[in-house]
Amino acid sequence: MSEAVIASPVAKPATEQSPARRALRRLFRRKGAVFGLAVVLLFIAFALLAELIAPYDPIVADWSALRGEPTLEHPFGGDELGRDVLSRVIHGARASLFAGVVSVVLALLIGIPVGLLSGYAGGLVDGVIMRFTDAMLAVPFLILAIAMAAFLGPSLTNAMIAIGIAAAPIFVRLTRAQVQAVKVEDYIEAAHAVGNSPLRIAFRHILPNIWPALMVQSTLTIATAIIAEASLSFLGLGQQPPEPSWGSMLNTAKDYMSDAPWMAVYPGLSIFLVVLCFNLLGDGLRDAFDPRHKE
Amino acid sequence: MTRFLIRRLAILLPTLLFVSIIIFGLQQLLPGDPAIAMAGEERDPQAIADIRAKYNLDKPIWVQYGLWISGILQGDFGESIRIQLPVSQLLLEKLPVTIELAFLSMLIALLIGIPAGVISALHNGRWPDYVANVIGLWGLSTPNFWLGIMMILLFSVHLGWLPASGYVSPTEDLWGNLQAMIMPAFVLGTGIAAVFMRHTRSAMLQVMASDYIRTARAKGLYERVVIGKHAFRNAAVPVITLGALEFGQLLSGAVLTEQIFSIPGFGKLIVDAVFNRDYAVVQGVVLCTATAYILLNLLADIAYFLVNPRLRT
Repeated sequence: MSEAVIASPVAKPATEQSPARRALRRLFRRKGAVFGLAVVLLFIAFALLAELIAPYDPIVADWSALRGEPTLEHPFGGDELGRDVLSRVIHGARASLFAGVVSVVLALLIGIPVGLLSGYAGGLVDGVIMRFTDAMLAVPFLILAIAMAAFLGPSLTNAMIAIGIAAAPIFVRLTRAQVQAVKVEDYIEAAHAVGNSPLRIAFRHILPNIWPALMVQSTLTIATAIIAEASLSFLGLGQQPPEPSWGSMLNTAKDYMSDAPWMAVYPGLSIFLVVLCFNLLGDGLRDAFDPRHKE
Repeated sequence: MTRFLIRRLAILLPTLLFVSIIIFGLQQLLPGDPAIAMAGEERDPQAIADIRAKYNLDKPIWVQYGLWISGILQGDFGESIRIQLPVSQLLLEKLPVTIELAFLSMLIALLIGIPAGVISALHNGRWPDYVANVIGLWGLSTPNFWLGIMMILLFSVHLGWLPASGYVSPTEDLWGNLQAMIMPAFVLGTGIAAVFMRHTRSAMLQVMASDYIRTARAKGLYERVVIGKHAFRNAAVPVITLGALEFGQLLSGAVLTEQIFSIPGFGKLIVDAVFNRDYAVVQGVVLCTATAYILLNLLADIAYFLVNPRLRT
């Protein structure tokens, strides 16, 4: 089919493919994005099937593998209690990906309605919301998350809440800007003219048009959220022991750097790889949805 | 200029007000009664009553906020529960350390990021561009606390070149201070360098495609002059102002980096305060960083305004 398209330079009617399909095709043409997607899917599989994939229990201590060097039985070595580092890294994917996704969903649940309201209402409502958003963005992201997690108390759930709230202002801004851009379009005016309620226009007519931009930003924010969760867990404000998370594994590992460096290498490498792949995927999605945007 | 400044300040004040409300509101997140939380394990009723009176917790919330903000405007950030010192004194002690770290990191970020961005733009689509992009993505994706641990592993544990920790004040021993600061500054700087690289690259690509570059080349100027004088100077303007925005990222990163390298700055202050339930210190640090960030952005806006005559209408 693609040959036929190349053979005739005259564009076929656009009705043949939906914009989403065309975007998807552009996405799959980018090697970086495909690699990112593949690795992200792999880690999702790790997270979902951790019990089946991990060779050992991530929590049970085994004194014979105490700070043991990587071997065939323990490819990533053993930690300070003799737990298998590979199994802990696989189970740790669960905490990291879960935290990344849940906190971004929370940020979307806050950011989209507030942004729609702000962009659609304008005036005083918009002014107050924007000043509040500016104020939240003025506090550096991680510091805001740390401060909130500190007051809420240390746990993975609270870390996710803190990260989600700290990330929400980005989505408020983005939604608002997109709403302002599309609300002057003719089809919105038409929807108005035929008597749709503002709420219906916001959710049925405006939201579908700004969805691509939100999806791109969400993917990139998942990367930030995963680093933030690892950071909070590293400080002891996220996942609590003995449950594994990449951040808390690094926290323990820094005390055993000279005699068990593998404890620090693999969890960090996993964070790096997942974050890199979400960034690649996000960049790919941006280019796929907006071919004009080429950085 | 005056009109611009007035308009900018008119936005600044409500933003600062909201920042203070958010930070004050943090203590409402405390589960249960804050007085009981602050009194610690013993839950002595007398101690709880004292705390309630001392922190005005028995008054309505807007009165509490009013008392708190008027204290802060007079430089009274409360007292650290743990060290029994005024929070303002702690902030003043730790601030220079973090400023030094931020300054060194910014220097490293500029020295790596801007040349990398220029080179990558000039070789758009060829291998130096790919290399720079890969390094840029690597810089964006590496959690800086992990990079810190890996650098300690390499340079302190294996090679023994640099100390893993042990901060000394620059007034005592400048060389020792730089030795202790170079790794953390590099760790923080590389992440920001990646952002600078991306911005510089896109700004350069945009400028290189403009008409005045074609004119400069048509005049027969040396390529060195075209790039250095005509292109880079114009591309640098948005990059420098974006640098101010990256400052927030720098402060976030400093929290973990200071923790890893045991540097007694703002980051270490807030983390220690978090674990000792020293809430006044947490609020003080957050308020200070946010205010610094807002003021830096104001300066960046003014700088952008000054160097861009087209805005002065």
